[in-house]
Amino acid sequence: MRHPSTLARMIPWAALALVLVALPFIFPSRTALTLMNVIGINAVFALSYNMLLGQTGMLSFGHAVYYGLGGFATIHLIAAIKSMGLPIPAPLTPLMGFMGGMLAGAIIGSFSCRRAGTPFAMISLGVGELIAAAGLMFRGLFGGEEGVSGDRTAGPILLGLKLGGPFQVYWVIAVWFFIAAFAMWAFTRTPLGRLANAVRDNPDRVEFIGFDPQRVRYLVFMISGGFAGLAGGMAALNFEIITPESLSAFPSAAVLISTFIGGVTLFYGPIIGALFLTLMSSMLSDYTQAWQFYVGGVFVLMVMFAPGGFAGMVEKARFKFLYNSWDWILPRLARGAGAAVALGLGAMLLIEIIVRWRFSGRPLRFLGLEFSHQSILAWILALGLVALGLWIVRMIRASGSEELKGSAVR
Amino acid sequence: MNRNAWLAGAALVAAFAWGTAASAQDTVKIAYIDPLSGSFADVGEQGLHHFRFLAEKINAGGGVNGKKLEIIGFDNKTNPKESLVQFEKAIDQGIRFITQGNGSSVAAALIEAVEKHNERNPSDRVLFLNYAAVDPVFTNDKCSFWHFRFDADSDMKMEIVTDWLKTQPNLKKPYVIGQDYSFGHQVAAAAVRMIKAKRPDMEIVGNEIHPLGRVKDFAPYITKMRAAGADVIITGNWGTDMTLLIKAAMDAGFNVPVLTYYGGGLGAPTAMGKAAVGHVRQVTEFHENIENMNLDPFLDEYEKKVGQDFYYLRVKNLMEMLGRAMNESKSNDPMAVALKLEGMTHDAPTGKISMRKDNHQILMPMFISTLSDKAKRTVDHTPFGFTTDLRIEADKTAAQTTCQMKRPAS
Amino acid sequence: MVAFVFTLLNGVLYGLLLFMLSSGLTLIFSMMGVLNFAHASFYMLGAYLAYAIGSATGFWVALFLAPVLVGLLGAVVERFGLRKVHENGHVAELLFTFGLAFVIEEIVKLVWGKTPVPFRPPPELAQPLFSLFGATYPAFRVFMMVVAVAMLVGLWLMLKKTRLGLMVQAALTHPHMVGALGHNVPLIFMGVFGVGCALAGLAGVVGGALFVTDPAMALALGPIVFVVVVVGGMGSLAGAFIASLIIGLMQTAAVSVDASIGDFFRLFGVTLAPGGEVARITLAQVAPMLPFLLLILILIFRPRGLMGVREG
Repeated sequence: MRHPSTLARMIPWAALALVLVALPFIFPSRTALTLMNVIGINAVFALSYNMLLGQTGMLSFGHAVYYGLGGFATIHLIAAIKSMGLPIPAPLTPLMGFMGGMLAGAIIGSFSCRRAGTPFAMISLGVGELIAAAGLMFRGLFGGEEGVSGDRTAGPILLGLKLGGPFQVYWVIAVWFFIAAFAMWAFTRTPLGRLANAVRDNPDRVEFIGFDPQRVRYLVFMISGGFAGLAGGMAALNFEIITPESLSAFPSAAVLISTFIGGVTLFYGPIIGALFLTLMSSMLSDYTQAWQFYVGGVFVLMVMFAPGGFAGMVEKARFKFLYNSWDWILPRLARGAGAAVALGLGAMLLIEIIVRWRFSGRPLRFLGLEFSHQSILAWILALGLVALGLWIVRMIRASGSEELKGSAVR
Repeated sequence: MNRNAWLAGAALVAAFAWGTAASAQDTVKIAYIDPLSGSFADVGEQGLHHFRFLAEKINAGGGVNGKKLEIIGFDNKTNPKESLVQFEKAIDQGIRFITQGNGSSVAAALIEAVEKHNERNPSDRVLFLNYAAVDPVFTNDKCSFWHFRFDADSDMKMEIVTDWLKTQPNLKKPYVIGQDYSFGHQVAAAAVRMIKAKRPDMEIVGNEIHPLGRVKDFAPYITKMRAAGADVIITGNWGTDMTLLIKAAMDAGFNVPVLTYYGGGLGAPTAMGKAAVGHVRQVTEFHENIENMNLDPFLDEYEKKVGQDFYYLRVKNLMEMLGRAMNESKSNDPMAVALKLEGMTHDAPTGKISMRKDNHQILMPMFISTLSDKAKRTVDHTPFGFTTDLRIEADKTAAQTTCQMKRPAS
Repeated sequence: MVAFVFTLLNGVLYGLLLFMLSSGLTLIFSMMGVLNFAHASFYMLGAYLAYAIGSATGFWVALFLAPVLVGLLGAVVERFGLRKVHENGHVAELLFTFGLAFVIEEIVKLVWGKTPVPFRPPPELAQPLFSLFGATYPAFRVFMMVVAVAMLVGLWLMLKKTRLGLMVQAALTHPHMVGALGHNVPLIFMGVFGVGCALAGLAGVVGGALFVTDPAMALALGPIVFVVVVVGGMGSLAGAFIASLIIGLMQTAAVSVDASIGDFFRLFGVTLAPGGEVARITLAQVAPMLPFLLLILILIFRPRGLMGVREG
């Protein structure tokens, strides 16, 4: 295998930078800008989570603790800029979140990182529950239910960014996203990053070659906490408010789901996951009240059939395209797409009809047609599509096993 | 098959694009930003049903300024940050009126966001109509010109509760219990303050707080209350924290009056059951059995259409006053509407109500009512309903305010 | 005195409920190494199914039928879901059950709606059983303790005294050897998962009738059950039993203590700033959070739990 040169490795980053610059001009609407800001925040959060899950093999159920604490550190700073007239430009405040998250990671990690595997997951759950409860109790620090708010437009102005609306905030978020993503990618190439992979795969061997897996976990945990805090700081800057809800189990679960759905084995996976989950929760909820059902369903299906997530699927497809001729690809692509469309459409129709049947909503309008739960035709169509999809899947499986047999004979 | 997949994909994209474009009709849109998925979706949908029903009523009577009112639901998942995303989406769709009620954390975030938005974008200002968030600060220290509250705040409700205690000289030992967050603390503080003023002979035998939504079995708390000799319970608890508390009390044969804020909330009478009859009281602006309302046809129509009880009279008040303000100012501009709403009086089914000009807090008749098995109209598909114990007139509910409202120029 | 007796009763009751839930979880974990995140969801399914069946047949039939159905459902989940994921390791299994919990909650909302359902104890158990110094104790609470103890004894007999129990115990430590001896290990796994879920379902029938049956009930109880299993020592039934009772009693007793952190320090002559928020926090106020504190302390100082044998 050829290793790409350093320069070649920079090409995707240059492309990313170009895309980030172009995005607000391609999607200039307020909604799009707001969503892109949230996606940037969630992507940094998910990337930081993947430092634990994907790179070091640590499953955490309480990563929002560091996100939230970083957010609180930043929002207090933003509030102080206004009340005490500190000469700090607002775009730099997420750094405070990084420090806050890292500090929290250093303190909590000092005991939680002694364990790995399931015990570590359980400690993270316990810490998460405790901090979330504390967030509501200590009103002085966390502002009670209503949280702490600030005004990002106070303080000195950096590079002419007044941060009035989402367009100006976008540039700050984009720059932080780029810096954070690049730093986390660079981290994977440091000796510590490599050791983290080794600790994930075989901690005993890491010990044999003279490193302490606990220490490696602790260091990664701290840095991951720092980037989660940075994401929290970006959120503080974007929303100008942080509430104790940010510390709770919900963002912790969301970051786990989005990271996994995006794909833990590839660096860019969590970015796709953050994009997917943010769009699902903020946009799909306009169309269906069952969006959580879809997210949960996709998650379970991914765990079962595509543990590499979206990124893993993309990578698989890429290899297939690279090493096969079009004659080989096209029929398979057709069958795969056919199965996906039939199954996806059928399942969606079915779920939407059931939801409407249960909660007596307005009839589903889709593709210009109206599907009512009262019409038997809609039910037949939905079930028929699902059956068709399953049939194609069967066909693919059958031909797949024949091919395997064939290759074995050869 | 492949081509069909592409066609279907293209059709899907087109359908979504068409779906968003089609909603841009010539209507006055109101954004309803409340939970439509997640744990509180039932309550969020209940509110949405109310708003939609009342919008249809107003439209049937000619609409506002020749235009129809349209309610658009935005799912905020009871999350302040997500609410701000949905807020930006609403603005992007040209919506200038927003309403919300579930969660003071969300309301605080929205008030802040509306203030900042209106200051930074004076050309497209937004008005926030709050139908259920009860933190007193919204009409006191944190009051805003762009916020109107159509519910009594939690301190006003405690005034009513303590007014009722004044009529019950036999009750001597109240026990206050609440959830450990801002609202629970406010209720407790107000109870202590007002009981001291109105019933100096009463001895508060307990002032308990417990973490929000964490207690499974309230029996230990009941044991404690009994040991303290409590003869009346005062609680701001809602959801399962309230139903479990009341179930535990009735299970243990601890049959004292329970004064609640949300005893008639959606699902609560079902969950509490027969044991609660005669003991559970609520403080509200409305229940279905208030005398001389002449509202039966309206209530019947609502129940028939939605399949649930009519619960929020304040939504009716809100929509009617908003419609009047638009028609009387001959404008759908938030500024003009806000100026008209200030100081407006209105004939509600329960009597005269008015919107205070100094802090934008509604004044309306308030009621203490008991869950009874002899009520004419029943709630929640149970054989029980609420009957009035005490009525307090609108002008008696007014409290001093610390609001120093910043009015926009022009 | 009255308060003490009732605190004890309430503590034991809560502990037994926790044990009913954690026993199934422990069984599954010790057999398959899977920490079933959806365990509390099967508890919820038990409550809802009992409500649905009970409204047609009455409570007593539902008491038996609902756990069986939940157990069958669990077996199906194992056969067609978990077994497939097994090859990808324990983290994948944990994630699968985590996602399953989401899906089950959404399904419950679809089928039974989003508001609580009126699921209540049968009338013959709804009245007070005895009264002590004017305070009554409901019969259903006592019934629940009886069910829990019966379950404990039944489980113990099955594991220790039957051939099946021997096989299960053997498969626990030496699955390959048991397989080599000709036993169908996957079938045993499926059975154990089903039984574990059925136990959760039984807990749900009782717990749902005692408390509130709504779609949030799984989420409310889920974390605390993990605490029990971890504190007791993963995979140890005896440990789970002891941990359940400790947590039940601790949490219940703490409610009756109004001493604050400031008071505690004052014992040692240290006065914290009286206005400070930390000093004002009372034990009663944080009682429901104590189990989580215990969890962290246990994992720091005795990572294998109270009765656990191996360090995970």
